[in-house]
Amino acid sequence: MSTTVKPPGAPETAPEIKGAAVRRGDQVFLGLSRGAGVLILVIMAAIAVFLIWKAIPSLQANTANFFTTQDWTPDADPAYFGIAALAFGTIMTAIIAMLLAVPVGIGIALFIAHYANKRLGAALGFITDLLAAVPSIIFGMWGLSFLMPQMQGFLQWLATYFAWIPLFQNDLGIYTRSIMIAGTVLAIMVLPTVSAISREVFLQVPREHIEAALALGATRWEMVRMSVFPFARPGMISASMLGLGRALGETIAVALVLSATYTINWQITEPGGNTFAANIALRWNEARPTGLSALIASGLVLFVITLAVNMFARIVIARRSEFSGANS
Amino acid sequence: MSTQPPVSPAPDERVESDRLLHDALAGGKLPRWAAPAAGVASLVLAFGLNVVTFVDGVAGTLVVAALLFATIQTGWSFAVEGRRHAVDRLATTLVYTTFLVALAPLVAILLTVVVRGLKALDLDFLLTSMRGVSPRAEGGGVYHAIIGTLEQVGIAAMIGIPLGIMTAIYLVEYAAQARSRRLARAVSFFVDVMTGVPSVVVGLFIYTAFVLTLGMERSGFAAALALTILMIPVVVRSTEEMLRIVPRDLREAAYALGIPKWRTILKVVLPTALGGIVTGAMLAVARIAGETAPLLLTTFMTTSINWNPFAGPQAALPTFIWDQFNSGTDASQDRAWAAALVLITIVMVLYLTAKIIARFTGVKR
Repeated sequence: MSTTVKPPGAPETAPEIKGAAVRRGDQVFLGLSRGAGVLILVIMAAIAVFLIWKAIPSLQANTANFFTTQDWTPDADPAYFGIAALAFGTIMTAIIAMLLAVPVGIGIALFIAHYANKRLGAALGFITDLLAAVPSIIFGMWGLSFLMPQMQGFLQWLATYFAWIPLFQNDLGIYTRSIMIAGTVLAIMVLPTVSAISREVFLQVPREHIEAALALGATRWEMVRMSVFPFARPGMISASMLGLGRALGETIAVALVLSATYTINWQITEPGGNTFAANIALRWNEARPTGLSALIASGLVLFVITLAVNMFARIVIARRSEFSGANS
Repeated sequence: MSTQPPVSPAPDERVESDRLLHDALAGGKLPRWAAPAAGVASLVLAFGLNVVTFVDGVAGTLVVAALLFATIQTGWSFAVEGRRHAVDRLATTLVYTTFLVALAPLVAILLTVVVRGLKALDLDFLLTSMRGVSPRAEGGGVYHAIIGTLEQVGIAAMIGIPLGIMTAIYLVEYAAQARSRRLARAVSFFVDVMTGVPSVVVGLFIYTAFVLTLGMERSGFAAALALTILMIPVVVRSTEEMLRIVPRDLREAAYALGIPKWRTILKVVLPTALGGIVTGAMLAVARIAGETAPLLLTTFMTTSINWNPFAGPQAALPTFIWDQFNSGTDASQDRAWAAALVLITIVMVLYLTAKIIARFTGVKR
């Protein structure tokens, strides 16, 4: 039985380590560390299995179409619920968050990597990372009590002059607790994710590409467009996708800001809307068995969506190099 | 052929010709004071608009000033320097603006939390629980919630940090072996994917697996398990990064002395990377300390002190804030903000200490 343990990069003919005691220690240690790795795979699989298993009862009891119904009364008899409004709210808030956060996040990353000098850049990078450390419930409270009043004027202006765009039409004259505000709060929350990963990629652009562009007489912006963006495109895409994943799954901030409704309302400056995650937090404690199961079913949908988004982001970025949101 | 030395022109003429030459080669250039001048002009204009038209509010005026600045500077540059430089200046303006835009929320959040949090925060607030305090009444505190948070986060750290470090060791030290390569790649991929799993989904998972299936009650321990899952990928990634920059020479020196691999890892590799590993672990703890959603699903809220994380309802800072904020009375709102200040202070202290440790220790690249 060969249990040769080679140090990484050792030549193929490395002499076998002799002695039973040595081998046993190595085997135990390898077993432990491999076990920890396998446990991660098991956890990921278990999340899927348990959510599916526990979602089934409510899906069987449901008398409405799970995907197209805009209602949530799973504990009624008969159970009647669907995720249409949740899906709409989740996607809409995430789109708004992305529209705001991606350009700004990439701008910040550019500023840190290619506009500011090194020390200033490092300090500013630290500050944006600090934003990532703020707990989400505090974002929610801040969004509700500081940002929302600040945004009233702007939303009113939007509804007055851009009412010809159906999205900004506001028939109620009330501009609070809307999808628009929730999306803005989400944008601020995902900003550090987008900028941290973009920054990492921007810093890896080969010096030669940059200097070549400048030497040919390019302005700084032309240099960015010609040598930074092409190199960093996969990184920027996955930075955005990882931000999107965060925006889709954010719970507490959205639950605090939105006033929950179960109808699809395209007029996104009016109060209302709901998301998968917020709905789970809001309805959890009042839910009875079928209700819990229904919430688990909606959580399963959220899990599948975020999983797809994240896996896509990872595959895109893996083609380039080793970046990770975990170390941002 | 002899070269006649050129007749040097009079000084004035030379300056003039140099300027012409420069203009021919490089085009016109805005004077250095152009940007500040445009800035002042746009501020003045915006203030004027503020007085006479619909533009109002500090934020609105500043936005208008920024737009004016971009227009003035770009237009001026377009006229003097040409299209390419005008675009460059516009891009620079935009990039600088994004940074200010990003700075604003951080400052606003910290200010809001500090100003509103100080209203109810005193020593009593830290040292009493909410037992017997009605939502309307003033007084009460976060003692029970701090205990809960410390216990839950502590348990999560005790499970999550060793697991994360072991996984990272597997990925760095053992993945090179042929038999492990595919498994390691899968683990590495799913560690990344795991970072993106929403915290509420993790809460659902713990609830379905431990409460619905195994019949455990909702408790601080269940919350700790959810937090563990959330922190593992963060620990794995930061530890992995640190282990990778431990110089190979150190390992090879140990092997050459006949030290088994596992002892090499424990006695040589880990101590070398210790600073970075500690930093990563602290950042992971800071990240999970503020998690609210998984706690809402896996614990019951209470107003009294519960030292036992394995049984009974247990409060935590995030759920305390959620509860008080949603109670909606003035007194409870003040308590929510004060607790938010406590929470953000804990998180920031962890975060800053981690960054300071990272600065002074760690592997030299």
